[in-house]
Amino acid sequence: MHIHIRFIRENGTEMHIKIETSITRCSAARAVGTALFAGALTSTSAFAQDDTIKVGVLHSLSGTMAISETTLKDTMLMLIDQQNEKGGVLGKQLEAVVVDPASDWPLFAEKARELIEVEGVAVTFGAWTSVSRKSVLPVLEELNSPMFYPVQYEGEESSKNVFYTGAAPNQQAIPAVDYLANDIGVERWVLAGTDYVYPRTTNRILEAYLTSKGVASEDIMINYTPFGHSDWQSIVSEIQAFGSEGKKTAVVSTINGDANVPFYKELGNQGISAEDIPVVAFSVGEEELSGFDTSPLVGHLAAWNYFMSVESDVNDEFIDAWIDFIGDEDRVTNDPMEAHYIGFNMWVEAVEKAGTVDPDAVADAIIGVTVPNLSGGFSTMMPNHHITKPVLIGEIQDDGQFEIVWETTGLVPGDAWSDYLDSSKNLIASWRAPLSCGNYDVTSGVCSGQNLE
Amino acid sequence: MPLRLRRIFSSMLCLLCLWCPSLVLAQDSVATGDPELDPVFSAYVDGERNEALNRLAGLPRDDKRELLTGILEGELMLWKAESRVVRVKKDGRNYVIYDLATSEELDTVKKRRLSRLKLDNRVRSYLRDLIASLGLQSEVASERLLAVRALLSKPDSIERERIEQLIEAEADTQVLNALRAVRARQMIASNDPIEQRAGIDALAEDLSPDARRAIGEVANAPEDSEIAPDTREAAQLAMVIQQKAVDRFRMFETVFFGLSLGSVLVLAAIGLAITFGVMGVINMAHGELIMLGAYCAYGMQLLMPDSLALALLLSIPVAFIFTGAVGVLIERTVIRFLYGRPLETLLATFGISLMLQQLVRTTVSAQNVPVANPDFMSGTISFNPVFSLTLNRLYILAFCLLVFFLLLLLLKRSRFGLEMRAVSQNRAMARAMGVRSARVDAFTFGLGAGIAGIAGVALSQLTNVGPNLGQAYIVDSFMVVVFGGVGNLWGTLIGGMTLGVANKLLEPWAGAILAKVLVLVFLILFIQRRPRGLFPQRGRAAETH
Repeated sequence: MHIHIRFIRENGTEMHIKIETSITRCSAARAVGTALFAGALTSTSAFAQDDTIKVGVLHSLSGTMAISETTLKDTMLMLIDQQNEKGGVLGKQLEAVVVDPASDWPLFAEKARELIEVEGVAVTFGAWTSVSRKSVLPVLEELNSPMFYPVQYEGEESSKNVFYTGAAPNQQAIPAVDYLANDIGVERWVLAGTDYVYPRTTNRILEAYLTSKGVASEDIMINYTPFGHSDWQSIVSEIQAFGSEGKKTAVVSTINGDANVPFYKELGNQGISAEDIPVVAFSVGEEELSGFDTSPLVGHLAAWNYFMSVESDVNDEFIDAWIDFIGDEDRVTNDPMEAHYIGFNMWVEAVEKAGTVDPDAVADAIIGVTVPNLSGGFSTMMPNHHITKPVLIGEIQDDGQFEIVWETTGLVPGDAWSDYLDSSKNLIASWRAPLSCGNYDVTSGVCSGQNLE
Repeated sequence: MPLRLRRIFSSMLCLLCLWCPSLVLAQDSVATGDPELDPVFSAYVDGERNEALNRLAGLPRDDKRELLTGILEGELMLWKAESRVVRVKKDGRNYVIYDLATSEELDTVKKRRLSRLKLDNRVRSYLRDLIASLGLQSEVASERLLAVRALLSKPDSIERERIEQLIEAEADTQVLNALRAVRARQMIASNDPIEQRAGIDALAEDLSPDARRAIGEVANAPEDSEIAPDTREAAQLAMVIQQKAVDRFRMFETVFFGLSLGSVLVLAAIGLAITFGVMGVINMAHGELIMLGAYCAYGMQLLMPDSLALALLLSIPVAFIFTGAVGVLIERTVIRFLYGRPLETLLATFGISLMLQQLVRTTVSAQNVPVANPDFMSGTISFNPVFSLTLNRLYILAFCLLVFFLLLLLLKRSRFGLEMRAVSQNRAMARAMGVRSARVDAFTFGLGAGIAGIAGVALSQLTNVGPNLGQAYIVDSFMVVVFGGVGNLWGTLIGGMTLGVANKLLEPWAGAILAKVLVLVFLILFIQRRPRGLFPQRGRAAETH
């Protein structure tokens, strides 16, 4: 890892300090190190303001979400490093400003304000959970500063200042259900999720979608569990009973985070294999699987827009660069990392195109920008601030990787407002002039402003 | 037209290929070291998996079953550099590769040099069926049993006569029963009323889902179907009896789930019952001590990766000593200055809990760490198709009771237990009698911490091991101790089990979240009525609290 600090003395001469740290195996120790360096960089910012463009990284490095978000912080540092080696943007070096919102939702808003007002970042990459995004949103809109959000989410939102590089429900959940119904012949559905906004909205959309496809309501079982639920005995037993009616049954899981491990373990323990009742998950990726023994999970499915096992040259390069950067052969790549890769490259290209980092100019320039994604194709930023992506379904293998069993033939454009919910089927989002609206009602012709839920 | 020419040329080449087998070999995309297997695995790698598997199963070879199992278990891999299918064995971080036919050792390579033979669910279940069907002729009874069981879900795939032959020849009772079950499933589907009736009678005792479904189909058949009325009645009666049995076993199952949840609660709370119950210290870092215990299990597993079972057993004493020592350290450096100041203790231990979490995040990893279950911890004891107990839960229930009674023995029958009770009841008097109260305090706290560590080892088998493990259990632990009655171990046991069973009884009816809410509401109401819990302390012991 190279860290380049440039001081400008009062007499105008420059002093360069180049620090090369040997990459330690322990990523957490390095995280602290980086944070310190970021602090050092910050303190010199008053001098260096005109020579660098600041990029905010707003990911939790402590608390519950550290498990997922630390990786994204490292991804951003790697992307920024790579860009600097290529000569930066607009002839200026990029400078990462890393802050730690500590998995504390209100703190996300405070840290975002700090990044924009105190540090003067040109763009922010960050947030993971929907509630953290919702917490940052008013700050971004007030200060008119762009943020790239890299995680799959429930949709029903389009902000002028947020670029959604993760999947909307129609880029993950709906195609996964189509695959199960058409290719596997599933007729009975268990929608199991953690009790918060993403699973609840996704399941509402899925329920409406399945009903529209003619699935009877007694063939849909919906179940919610608290965060970090670890005692799955009765729920798994219920699923087993639900699935023994002779119709092919599948579980569509929006179970979040580490509650998944005991869930799959219990499935294995009670003797339910993926061949009997497959589970398709939207929150289980390579990173989550690297945490444990995957043998009880073999054959269960996940739907994403990227898998580490995707065969393409850019993916190989990305993986090599990542392993090199992190210094650990066993580290994996995952979908939100790809989303940051796409988002960052889109931002760089839009800035080059606009010739400035001014938020409005960049927002105008970025619509239509097309950059390579890691699965060998290209993704485009659309006027609704979502991107086009391929959808892949993979089966978990015993080495923690996914075997891709199905993919969409083309790219799927992200839909901000679901067509299957009554409350949003008439809404569209387009940030291109003259509409410039995140929730335009096509029947009434009204733009209801930013604050519609 | 060069394209056309090329097409003609290639079709000529294909014709040629038909004539000379050596050319076919040259086209194979992978080698195996055995000419008979080359085309099979080439077809597999090229994506024609089912055809390849059929061909493999059809080859007159003794090792085909072994090869099919190898594909299923992922023991056969593609050695990329040589395009050769080999058998692999994991050796630490590397893989030793062997020739497929001769089992001769070829090389030791890194994982990235190998790629897996692709498998998905459809191929996997196809493979399983193939392997099972090969087992029908096997000499080994357990393999025959597997083969017959595979037939249960699709009884039409075997002829009736063949089944009768197999029943004649079979000596093993288990296999015989399974064969009869297959026959009964064929009978129930037949058009002959006598035959059908016999099938219903044979399946009436069978609680497996497809037996119940088969009977249900006869019982609920449309009025105009050709089923004899008494056959229908027999089926309806069988269905009612089956449903009753299923409901009964489901109830047993729910109670077991409750006891097992209860045992986890008791394990997590019992250390707290000592530090909070006996010493009166509100230890918010209790959850983190549980977490440290779980990391001990992880550490032991890293030290002895080849004997998981032994590593797990050894991690019990290791976790006890390690977290116990951490407990003594916390007591000596922080808590002893704060006796009698519960609010400050609460804040200080909360601080310690945050420090311990971040310490683990920085030194080990922010990610969860994998703790594998040894073989004896996975699987089920199956009593019948609707009632089976998971082994890991059963062991943990037994372990919880063991820990409880050992602790009870220690408190009631040992000198240390006596001193501990003396100090907690009347510190001044105990000191006057020559009890070194400071030392007793340290050891008591250490004991509570050590037990938290043991609980962590048990939890490592059920849930995620990560820096946040402790937070999930701290509230539940306090709940159990307060409900059971502060300072009473029996209260903790009964309280934990009651809460566990109540939770599981409510869960199917109210859902996991509402069940938790209802239990909490019940607890609040209960504490309003009986502020000292289920088993309040009486007499002098009560006065100090």
